[in-house]
Amino acid sequence: MREVYLDNSSTTKVCDRAVQKMMDMMTKNYGNPSSLHTKGFEAEKSINNVKKILADFIGCKNSEIYFTSGGTESNNIAILGTVNSKKRNGNKIVTTAVEHASVLETMRFLEKQGFEVEYIKPNVEGKILLEQFENAIDDNTILVSCMMVNNETGNIYPVEKLKDIIEFKKSRALLHIDAVQAFCKIPIKVNKIKADLISFSAHKIHGPKGIGGLFISDNVRVSPLFFGGGQEKGMRPGTQSTPLIAGFGEAILDYCDSTGVYDKILELNSYLRERLLGIKYIFINSSDRCLPYILNFSISGIKSETMLHFLSSKGIYVSSGSACSKGKKSYVLNAMEVPINRIDSAIRVSFSRHNTKDDIDYLVSAIKEGMNKIAKI
Amino acid sequence: MKEVMLIKFGEIVLKGLNKKRFEDMLIKTIKQRVSKFGDYKIKSAQSTVFLEPVDNSDIDDIVTIISKIFGIASFSKASVVEKDINIIKEKTAEYLKRELSNVRTFKVEAKRSDKKFSMKSPQICEEVGGYLLEEFSNLSVDVHNPDFTVIIEIRDFGAYIHGISEKGAGGIPIGTGGKASIMISGGIDSPVAAWMMAKRGVSLTAIHFASPPYTSERAEQKVIELLEKVSEYSGKIKLFIVPFTEIQEIIKKKCPEELFTIIMRRIMMKISEIISKNEECEAIITGESLGQVASQTIQAISCTDESVSMPIFRPLIGMDKNDIIEISRKIETFDISIQPYEDCCTVFVPKHPRTKPKIKYVKIAESAIEWEKLIDEAVNNSRIVMIES
Repeated sequence: MREVYLDNSSTTKVCDRAVQKMMDMMTKNYGNPSSLHTKGFEAEKSINNVKKILADFIGCKNSEIYFTSGGTESNNIAILGTVNSKKRNGNKIVTTAVEHASVLETMRFLEKQGFEVEYIKPNVEGKILLEQFENAIDDNTILVSCMMVNNETGNIYPVEKLKDIIEFKKSRALLHIDAVQAFCKIPIKVNKIKADLISFSAHKIHGPKGIGGLFISDNVRVSPLFFGGGQEKGMRPGTQSTPLIAGFGEAILDYCDSTGVYDKILELNSYLRERLLGIKYIFINSSDRCLPYILNFSISGIKSETMLHFLSSKGIYVSSGSACSKGKKSYVLNAMEVPINRIDSAIRVSFSRHNTKDDIDYLVSAIKEGMNKIAKI
Repeated sequence: MKEVMLIKFGEIVLKGLNKKRFEDMLIKTIKQRVSKFGDYKIKSAQSTVFLEPVDNSDIDDIVTIISKIFGIASFSKASVVEKDINIIKEKTAEYLKRELSNVRTFKVEAKRSDKKFSMKSPQICEEVGGYLLEEFSNLSVDVHNPDFTVIIEIRDFGAYIHGISEKGAGGIPIGTGGKASIMISGGIDSPVAAWMMAKRGVSLTAIHFASPPYTSERAEQKVIELLEKVSEYSGKIKLFIVPFTEIQEIIKKKCPEELFTIIMRRIMMKISEIISKNEECEAIITGESLGQVASQTIQAISCTDESVSMPIFRPLIGMDKNDIIEISRKIETFDISIQPYEDCCTVFVPKHPRTKPKIKYVKIAESAIEWEKLIDEAVNNSRIVMIES
């Protein structure tokens, strides 16, 4: 059966060169990077090499990159670590209502600890206005955390302006940006975003699962959550996963070596949009200002899960909302106050450079077939 | 010191002429279940089963599995020693040292089923109790409300020393209550209903209705995981996964919306009855509880029952949801049940289902569809999964 993978915001296929490199790291360069001997030193060099790749890519110092187990852990260290070291300065955190669960659940935990968390809600198009942040940030605010791209809709938030607002409000709050969905899709430069902390993940960019990165500006102090043998300068102790780190590095290089990916994705997105607009009963939830990698739409009267499984039976893989919430209702669309029937029938398609126009045609004809076959709710 | 397990039968001791058959069933089950964990010698006498580990097998490995066998009233780990009062005293102090060091009051109970033993029960208590008082300075005797009770059983094979027994799963041995099939969707109720009937000695077959693409592989996997939990008590379960999409779609298309659920349930019953008969099951079990949803009113249930001739057991019919949840937590099915996947009962739910359907109108609505072929196909295309914990 033909297989069309359109769930790339959940995870991606690992690129060949990352697989090859990881194999080498597991079978040849398998030393412990903390060991003093040559084999250990070789492993350490390969980690430092990837640090440099990532640092160059986002324009920061090598010393500002920390490897973690992925986006979730990066977000947890960034938020809890900041709060632990800054709690004497205040009690308030500002974030949005549409963050990834690894941010929102951490915030709920902090609320239980007595912190005040303000959740900024986007409008029905998914837009968040800077004034909303301006109104929320005050003297008491110690952290502002915002995602760069929303994982369900592809909405891009104006994170470059946030540091200015924090400074304008004379707040000492740190700025954390969850860039997991933006990484290797739109430019991320530390000197533009001016964030203190930025989270990344490898498996959304054709790298392996289980590895991510956290940028922590050398100018700020964040408390670690784990304690151990001092690896990653004590921020994330535990023997580093050299194969995964090396795979992460290759995935970034692979992206850097490819050209025209964004334009290709943009074309695929426009093509799908156009085709969907021609179908009655389909409503597109992602505005045209969204990141083209993600297209969220609702098929009136057909539950997300049903259409998803129908498409799955044709070898087409998409998401209902985000893959992390396994069938629960989308809190992102809910926060945008999208009507409930559209939330229940939302489908998220997310592209990668491997997709083609042919895939889109196959998807659209399968959707049409599903709409005919599947009984309406 | 040899450690064994003493297992006491429950209700089956009362069952007169059937006693032997029940005991044999239970011993067979015990043998079968513990065999996965190692070698154990099993013998039975005086309404007690003695389990003795052979070679490297360990009594501690089988405590959980024993606690899930229906027909067992209580069980305890015990030390078995020679029938000599001096040895019994010393070994009691040694075997129960940890327990006796941590309590303030105790008493000794003796049971003498070997009447050839020279001392009578009160004398045994006195001897052992006196010795323990000397050995443990923290202890004093309290015969009415002790923190800990030492039990000495003088039996034909030896003297057994143990503390208070743990409660067994109760009920009667699997297989003694015949065979029945459980209709399972994936919710909280049906695994509990299955467990309750297994407790009454019923061996189980299971029937699940799948409606892809409205329901998914994960919904099926959920049912398999639920049944794996139930099978820790009930033993092997043969699961039939019945393809149900076409039937649901046709009901949706041809019958009045408000009668969708009732007609669907009647057809599920008919299919279940056919599978049950093929599998030599003599009843159908459901997890229905009166008034919980629209299809669980007296009128709806009587419409459902009318579709088949086999008896339908609804062990949860008079239970509150909270009580059902409590059991589902105990048998560890709750956390599996609450995973949010669509199942055959949640798709196409009508907005306003008829809560007091009249059989006459249900039958008229039903007659719009040619059932025989659809039902045959569903039965014949069922997939079978063998569930064993």
